[in-house]
Order: sequence, then C-alpha cells, then structure tokens
Amino acid sequence: MQLIYEKSVPGRRAGTVPAYAGLAKPAVPAGLGRAAAPRLPEIAEPDLVRHITALANRNFGIDTGFYPLGSCTMKHNPRLNERAANLPGFANIHPAQSEESVQGALELMWRLQEILREVTGLDAVSLQPAAGSQGELTGLLVMRAYFADRGEDELRREIVIPDTAHGTNPASVVMAGYEVVGIKTDARGNVDVDDLRAKVGPRTAGLMITNPSTLGLFEENIHEIEQIMHGAGALMYYDGANLNAVCGVSRPGDMGFDVVHINLHKTFSQPHGGGGPGGGPIAVRGLLDPFLPKPQIVRDGEGAGAFYRLDRDRPKSIGKVRGWTGPFGVFVRSYAFIRRYGPGLREMSEAAVLNANYMLARLRDAYDVPYDRLCMHEFVISARTLKKEHGVTATDVAKRLMDFGYHPPTVYFPLVVPEALMIEPTESEAKETLDAFCDAMLEIAREAASDPAAAKAAPLTRPVRRLDEVLAAKRLVLRYAFADHPDLAAERAAASA
Amino acid sequence: MSFLSLTDADRAAMLATVGVETVEELFRDIPEAVRLRAPLALDPALTEAQLAAHLAELASRNTHTGDELSFLGYGVYDHYSPAVIDVLLARGEFLTAYTPYQPEMSQGVLQAIFEYQTAICELTGLAVSNASGYDGCTVAADACFLAAHHTGRSKVVVAETLHPMVREVVATFAPGFGMEVVTVPASGGVVDGAAWAAACEGAACAIFQTPNVFGILEDGPALAAAANACEALPVAHVDLLSLGVLEAPGAYGCALAIGEGQSAGIPMSFGGPHFGFMAARADLVRRMPGRIVGETLDSESKRAFVLTLQTREQHIRREKATSNMTTNQTLIALAGWVTLCWYGPQGLRELGELLMGLSAEVAIKAKAAGYELAFPGTTTFKEVALRVPGGGSAEEVARKARALGVNPGVPLGHDFAGLADVLLVAVTEKRTPDDIAELAEVIGQCS
Repeated sequence: MQLIYEKSVPGRRAGTVPAYAGLAKPAVPAGLGRAAAPRLPEIAEPDLVRHITALANRNFGIDTGFYPLGSCTMKHNPRLNERAANLPGFANIHPAQSEESVQGALELMWRLQEILREVTGLDAVSLQPAAGSQGELTGLLVMRAYFADRGEDELRREIVIPDTAHGTNPASVVMAGYEVVGIKTDARGNVDVDDLRAKVGPRTAGLMITNPSTLGLFEENIHEIEQIMHGAGALMYYDGANLNAVCGVSRPGDMGFDVVHINLHKTFSQPHGGGGPGGGPIAVRGLLDPFLPKPQIVRDGEGAGAFYRLDRDRPKSIGKVRGWTGPFGVFVRSYAFIRRYGPGLREMSEAAVLNANYMLARLRDAYDVPYDRLCMHEFVISARTLKKEHGVTATDVAKRLMDFGYHPPTVYFPLVVPEALMIEPTESEAKETLDAFCDAMLEIAREAASDPAAAKAAPLTRPVRRLDEVLAAKRLVLRYAFADHPDLAAERAAASA
Repeated sequence: MSFLSLTDADRAAMLATVGVETVEELFRDIPEAVRLRAPLALDPALTEAQLAAHLAELASRNTHTGDELSFLGYGVYDHYSPAVIDVLLARGEFLTAYTPYQPEMSQGVLQAIFEYQTAICELTGLAVSNASGYDGCTVAADACFLAAHHTGRSKVVVAETLHPMVREVVATFAPGFGMEVVTVPASGGVVDGAAWAAACEGAACAIFQTPNVFGILEDGPALAAAANACEALPVAHVDLLSLGVLEAPGAYGCALAIGEGQSAGIPMSFGGPHFGFMAARADLVRRMPGRIVGETLDSESKRAFVLTLQTREQHIRREKATSNMTTNQTLIALAGWVTLCWYGPQGLRELGELLMGLSAEVAIKAKAAGYELAFPGTTTFKEVALRVPGGGSAEEVARKARALGVNPGVPLGHDFAGLADVLLVAVTEKRTPDDIAELAEVIGQCS
C-alpha cells in the first residue's frame, strides 16, 4: 500500500485554523523563521481516515485473535477503561492545576498505590516511572541512593543477574552506573544457588530476578536466595513482568524482595498500543521509601475530610524520573481493571496458570520441553528436534502459525534455550481457543516431517511474505525521502541480474 | 467474572489433561513460606456499571477545561484534539497490538511508525527519528546518554530556560551515566550567550529550548554554533507545533532535536501518557535509543517495514545496549502523527502564526490591565510571562482569578527564585481574542 506521502496532492488539507480580523501578526526574528516548509502530507480528511483504516486492516491485535506472545501478557483490554480515561474530568485536566481542583484524580492515584502495596506485599509505591524498563532504572537508582546514604555506594558496585533475565535488566544496570555479574541457571531451571553464593560478596549491591522466571518457572530456592542476598547486606529487585502468574497467590514482599516494578500494561491491562504507552510503578520496602521519586501522592485525614496532595518535601528523593506525576491515563485504565476483580485477582492468576499448563500438557510430546516441570503463566518449549530432523526452526514454526490465523509466540528467548518458543496464553482465553491453537502447533510439527517446505515458505496469508531483515539493517531506509527515495526492488533486481 | 471464560467443566477437563486434581496443585513449586494464605485485602469486585459510576464520581471531583477558562501551559497545553485521531485510537488492531516483533503480523503499525518518523525528520530537519520516547523530559536524558558515548565526554550543559522539569529529570539520571550537569543562567528571559559559550567547552552536549520555558524564541542558530565550536552536540528542545513557522533545528546545525509531543492534539490527561520525540543527524543513528522502523522487501520484492538496527537494543545487546527502552509511547506518538497530517504544511504554518498572534494579543491586553512583559524586547510563540503590577504575588492573582472562573496561568515563583510576581500565560487555538479580553479583565481586577 502507498505511503501517505505518496498520496499527497499540493493544495489539499484536512484541519483548518481560525482567522481573527485585527489580530496582530508578529514577525519571526530574522534567521529564526522557517525557510522551507516541512513536507507533511497534503490530504483531505476522507482519505486520511481511509489511510488509517487501511493501516489498521494490515495489523493484528488481541481484538483480532489469539496473541500468545510470551512475557508480554496479551490479555483482554476492557473498553470501559478507554471510555473512562476519556471522561472530560480525567482527559481534560492540567497537571499544574491546584490540588483542590484535582481531588478525584489524586484519590484515584492514591487508591492505585494502596492496591499495588497490597498486591506486592510492600510498604510504599511510586507511580511515576513511564514503563517497566524505566521502573527498573528507577528502582536501581533508589537502591544506589540507599547505599550512598549508608556510605556504601563506592563499595557496592555490582548487580547479579541470572542468564535467563530480560535484556532490559543488564541494560538498566549499566544506565544506573552499576556493573553486571551473570549467574547460571541450574538443571531444573532455577538460579544456580552455588554460583550465586560464589559471586555475592561485599561488592554486591543487589540481585535482579524475574519470578516466575522467563522460563515460566517459579524459583524454588527463593528462600535460600533471600538469605544469601540479605546476608551479604545486598538488596533484592523483582522484575514484575511476570506478576500475572502470582497475584493473590504469592507476593514479592513475602518472598523477600525489596523493590518491585509492576508493568501496568501487562498484568493490569493497559492496552499495549503497538508499543506503548505503558506504566512501570515501583513498590519498595519501608527502608527505601525516603529515596522514591518525588512528588509522592499522600492523603491527609480520612473519610469525608480526606485531602489528597503532592508531597514534594522529600530531601532524600532521587528526584524526578519523568514529567509530572506519571502516565495518569494509564492509571485510570489499570485502576478500573483491578476494581473489576477485587480480591478475585487470584482467580485471574489461577486461570492464567491453568491455561498455560493445559497447553504445555497438549504440546509436550510434539516439541522439546527443556525443563520438565509444571509451569506458571507461561512456558518455554523448543523446536530443536524439528530443526535437527527436518530443518524446521522456531522462526519457521512462528511464521507458519500466522497462516493458521495466530500471532506467534515469543521466539529465541530466553537465550538459554535453543530454538525457544515462549508461550503465554493469559487468563483471557477460552479452552476452545487453546485447543485450536494447540491443534495448529501439532499440525505444524507433523507437517515438518511430511512437507518441511510448507513452514519454510510461510506465511502465505499475510499482507507481505517473509521479510529480508538483513537488508533493512544494511541498506538503512528509515524515512520517506520523496524524489530521492530509493527503489529497493529495483536495486535487488539489478543486483541479481 | 466476565473477563474469564473457563467453566467448571473446562477446568475439570483441563486439570485432567495436566494430570493434577486441583488448581492449587499447579502452584506446588511455590514454597509454603512465601504463599499468601489470606485473600488480598482489596475492595470487593464491581460490575461494569458500578465501576462506571465510581469512575464518573471521581472524575466529577476534578475541575476540567470545560469548567473554567484556562490559560495553563508550562509544558502541557490545551490544544485541540482532532476527532480523526479517534479513528486510530479506537481501532483494536492498533490499540491491542504489542510492539511489532513479528512484522508480517504488524505491517499497519510499522508503516505508521515509518510515516511518523518521516514527519519528525521533516519537521526537525534531521535524518533519523526513533519511534518515540516516554516524554519531553526523558528524551533529554536519552540525549545525554547518547552524547556521552558519542563524545567520550561527561559534561552536560543545560540552559536555565530549559523547562525545570526537564532539567530535574536530566539531573536524576546523569550521575548513573557518570555525567555532571552544568546550568547556564538566563539573562532577560533568554540564555546568556557568553556563559553558554564558556560552558560548552569540553561538554558532551548542550541542551536549549526554543520557544523556551518562558515562551520566548531563543537565538537557536547562535547557541548551536557555540556548541559546535566546542564539538559538543547541540540539542534543541522544540515544540512540534512551532515548526511550521520556526526554522528546523537540523537546518541550523543541531545534532539532535527532542521535545514533548503532547502539543500535537494529545489530551492533557493530568500529565500523561504523552510522547517524547527524538531526531538526530545521520552519523548518530547507531547510538539512537529505542525502536526504529526501516523499509525492506519481502521474499517477493514487495515493499515492507520492520524494526531495524535491533543490534543497538537491550534484547540483543543487553549491557552494551544504547538504552534499556522497550515499551515506548507508540500509540500516542501515532495519534500525534495523525494530528500533524490533519493540519498539513499549510495548516501548521497558519496555526503557528495564529499562536504567535494570540500570544502577542495577551501582552497587549495585559498591558492595558497593568501587567508588563516580564522580559521585554522578546518574541513569544504561545506563552507570555507577565509581571504582576507593583510586584504583587502571582500566586495570589491566580487564586483570586480562579474564583472568578479564569485560570490565568502558572505562577513561576515555585521554580524560579525572584519570579514570584511573574505569571506564565499560555494560549492555544482554542482560546479566542474574546477569551483573552476576559483574562485581562479578570487579572486586572485581581492584582
């Protein structure tokens, strides 16, 4: 399909701007005015609407079908939440308004903080971080501030991270000015406790882990890990990407963690939007409370006399990590989602875990299972045997699933499992959906033996066939360049001629 | 529970397939000591209708732009949101999709991001744009991280006329990057040029904002030239809506252009979610943070789009990544892109001229009410800093005016020592000359 810039015709427009007779027309000072107009598209509104609609038709969301992308928690997004976030009293309020004039907004944020304290089993919450990765970085800076306050920052320079961790963990560690120390995974998929013990010492500031891990397995030695870390005077960070497995079942605070980030766009249903917006609040143990970002939302008084305000008087705070007080529209949606469940959040996690175990049970004979245990809300299987015997890789399985009408699972992650397929159904799916998907996975495994070319040729039913990702990285075309835009197809034809 | 599908019969059949008796058994790997044995202490579940009523009640306790005549700005503005952005926001294919890791499933969002990147490059006059950052504050910290690696230097220069919130966020993250921050003072409401040039010596990057925090146009070309003379990366923090009338930062030597995209028709929403944007010179592309979409071909040589340069990113590079970013602000950035397409080049120019005219109108009408420009001799874009007559308290004026139904702007005394008598008034295309006359009348009464 054409780019919107290719549909542009000089002189067309959609939006218009009011003109007022007699209004001053100040001159832009010499040298500061625009010399050449930006080449935004010139298009009338009907065709703009059709362009957006055509793009939507070439995209796949949870609303379209099953989207078992592991570690991403692609659950249903209730539409009331969209409606609520767009209420004028939420969407059209300015963050610099007086506290008296935004009591409803502050109360919602305060209530969300209280809920997150209860779900994580920790003492204090900052809603400010913009996404999970920013929550990680914020949590690490809070840990640094804590150690600096104790005069230990120069000594404690290292963060230990298992080899199954999300890539964000080591990246965040470096951005916080810490060093990464890697920890191995044992034969059952747990953190290798002996390796951990050998690597933790006076230079250790903390541990970052995901529990359940990215293998979808609960860390069975969590108590021993906690003893090692706290015994060394270090702190424990919980990557909350997989919190959907354990709401109401087990709380990070009870596991011994000191800092947790929560992905509101995973566990609490802020829609992913094709890559955001998200929300990454952090919850901490009381000893870290003074270091949280400012301002904090606090409540004075109770009942009808309660007043909600922003507390900026926090001398030990690490400061601000983004503008204002966080992504408020995300808070509205996640708060709304949680209020539909209440204490029933446990049923949500139970359904997510049952769905995953059911799929694992149905697929375990056709694919390799690297760690033979019950899983939590997601599981990792491998196409290693399919690849060895028939040349069909995890990528081929993923692309073939598209022809069955499914979004593929996460592939090639975690890195410790070759040809990994990481499947997370979430609680949203009906048994029939899980069955149909498993049938497709089994069919693909059978087909790999009988007709391996079919998977190699997939997908056949999407708007485009398999892409040349190497070309994209080598011949960088990152914007439309109008008359100078390259013709990649012609270049390819010329190269092969 | 209406979001769950499993019936008792489903559950029984599924447990049998798994080979366990109860759901409880599925959790047997969790040690007893860390199990939660009491129900979560949360309020009971609500039905959708009950929840709708509860949320409406909370929303009703907020004063919104329909309740008062508001001139608040200071980084977040009451611009008009074109109805056409709802076409994008309401489509489940955009709303409920993940980051486009599987391009064959996600050509719609990938092409839209490519078109967004093109718009940002055109507006800023730079070669590459990422798919968005979190907001106008965090992209400034991203710029510092990029500049530190590119130059090997550890000093960040920020103008005092850069929004204090942006400076605060830079100050939070800079120590983790091993960087120190130097602030260049303002003189007469704009950057002190001599101090700026001196500070740029040995700096990794130098960040200024135009129109600046007081709404005033800075001499961007001079600031960029001074930074370039020291081989510090000049970084312009700009307003997308100004770039129909103001020169593109790339055209006057900036290495990076960043900013807050909320102006582009995004609801204020009490401060977020909004989006940050970042564009850079071509030679910096491999140091850019975040997602970038590129064009490629499919196996039949059809044009297609894909996330590219992923070797910069955390899921490949881990501790050597150019940033830790995964989820960014895609949906909001795309809504902003739709607004920019809706205006087009002609609309954006007219809008910029209107905003400059309305801000000048504020100065004219306020003068008649006894308020002088806080920084005379400057040109403003859509915000005007006014001095309360007789050195009165801007806070007090704002309080009294609100009681009369006009929210006259942001008092600057909290963030700027010595400006307790200065009120920052913002206009958008939603405010009319009559509204401005009413503002002047009300603040005239309140001083």
